[in-house]
Amino acid sequence: MPEKKIRVLIAKPGLDGHDRGAKVIARALRDDGMEVIYTGLRQTPQMIAEAALQEDVDVVGLSILSGAHNVLVPQVIQKLREVGKGDVFIFVGGIIPQADIPGLLQAGVKKVYGPGTDTREVCQDIRAAIAERQQA
Amino acid sequence: MNAQEVKNLIRGDRLTLSRILSQVESQSEAGRQALEALFPFTGRAHKIGITGAPGAGKSSLVNALTRQLRRQPDAPKVAIIAVDPTSPFSGGALLGDRVRMPDLQRDPGVFIRSMATRGALGGLAAATEAFSQVFDAAGYDIILIETVGAGQAEVEVVNLAHTTIVVDTPGTGDDIQAIKAGILEIADILVINKADRPGADQSVRYLQAMLEMGYARSGTAGHHASETVNSVAAEKPAEPWLPPVLKTIAIESQGIEDLLGAIQAHRKFLLESGTWQVKERQALQKAIQRAIAQNLMDFWEAKITPELFEATLQSVVERKLSPESAAQYLLQTIQGL
Repeated sequence: MPEKKIRVLIAKPGLDGHDRGAKVIARALRDDGMEVIYTGLRQTPQMIAEAALQEDVDVVGLSILSGAHNVLVPQVIQKLREVGKGDVFIFVGGIIPQADIPGLLQAGVKKVYGPGTDTREVCQDIRAAIAERQQA
Repeated sequence: MNAQEVKNLIRGDRLTLSRILSQVESQSEAGRQALEALFPFTGRAHKIGITGAPGAGKSSLVNALTRQLRRQPDAPKVAIIAVDPTSPFSGGALLGDRVRMPDLQRDPGVFIRSMATRGALGGLAAATEAFSQVFDAAGYDIILIETVGAGQAEVEVVNLAHTTIVVDTPGTGDDIQAIKAGILEIADILVINKADRPGADQSVRYLQAMLEMGYARSGTAGHHASETVNSVAAEKPAEPWLPPVLKTIAIESQGIEDLLGAIQAHRKFLLESGTWQVKERQALQKAIQRAIAQNLMDFWEAKITPELFEATLQSVVERKLSPESAAQYLLQTIQGL
């Protein structure tokens, strides 16, 4: 029987137009055998939650370089909960000041990755989290 | 799948719908049960296939077409199944069709689901048909099925869709390309997208010439008449469908009204000529055949031991047996088990 593939939504909330990081991580997860749904630029929290719902993803990765993470991330998490997808593994990548990380984790983000992160680390974190949830 | 879930799905609960699609896709027991429970509610939706070369503009066309559909007075509910290829090396996939559909993400009457081929050939995934059944049961009036970027042989969609749209772009071939067998033959509607590029009118002429040649020869539309084995197919439509060749510029929503008009005309043709029923019957026939093949494969895989298979394979490698006689031998052996 085919295994259940890990499905990941990679989204860019907000208005910055730099999607290189998002594409690099999308490619790395694909090469690790995951199914990656890429939504493109300038997504609202509502659009991200709706895409996560329709695609039934296990993981949502948010790429934010605009500095608006403290506003956008909690909104995305709120919308995900509203559509019934509050249980996904959420990670954030981008330029996130060290001081903001505890707040994001508090809001429900599982991991925050800065520039230069080894993409293998991201793959491992996701696989570990999914395996843990399946055991639970 | 319990009665409550069936109720939720038919009532329009999107979370239930999405989870059932995943169960169906992973071919789990729950997925099989869901299809079993939902099948009586299927058979209503108009399934429209959209195929064509990579980069021809299939996703952008789906985006523009869906917007146009949603603006109709009856505002039909639209499901979109967007298929992209799985990497043969990693087993992963990058599903990027949503990028071209930003306008649809906020419309509650539209549901977009991306799916990876997971090794299936022919331009669709193994579970694409099952997805269309789930959407059909969930009350979606129109199901748009976007294939992977297709070449000349990814024609599987024609077995599933009532209406097949083939998207091409200007300057992709001469009149010899246009008369080859394969993807152009399956079109009920041909679209030259990116029609603002040079050569659009010439492409339209090539395609029209191909179509007219086909009619002069057989007097009927290629795949509508061929490949039918049941009695219903004997009632051929009196007037064959001549596939229109349309020009569009999807990202500017140009030509989309005409495309929708052609789709509606084709639907009317299918219903009035009896071809709709013929197609339904053919699709279900294929579904049974696929299920038989799958069941036989499952049966075989459960019966055969790796040792027996390896030993037989070795005989074939050493040229003592041909693959054909090896298969005969293995099948006879497991029948005796």
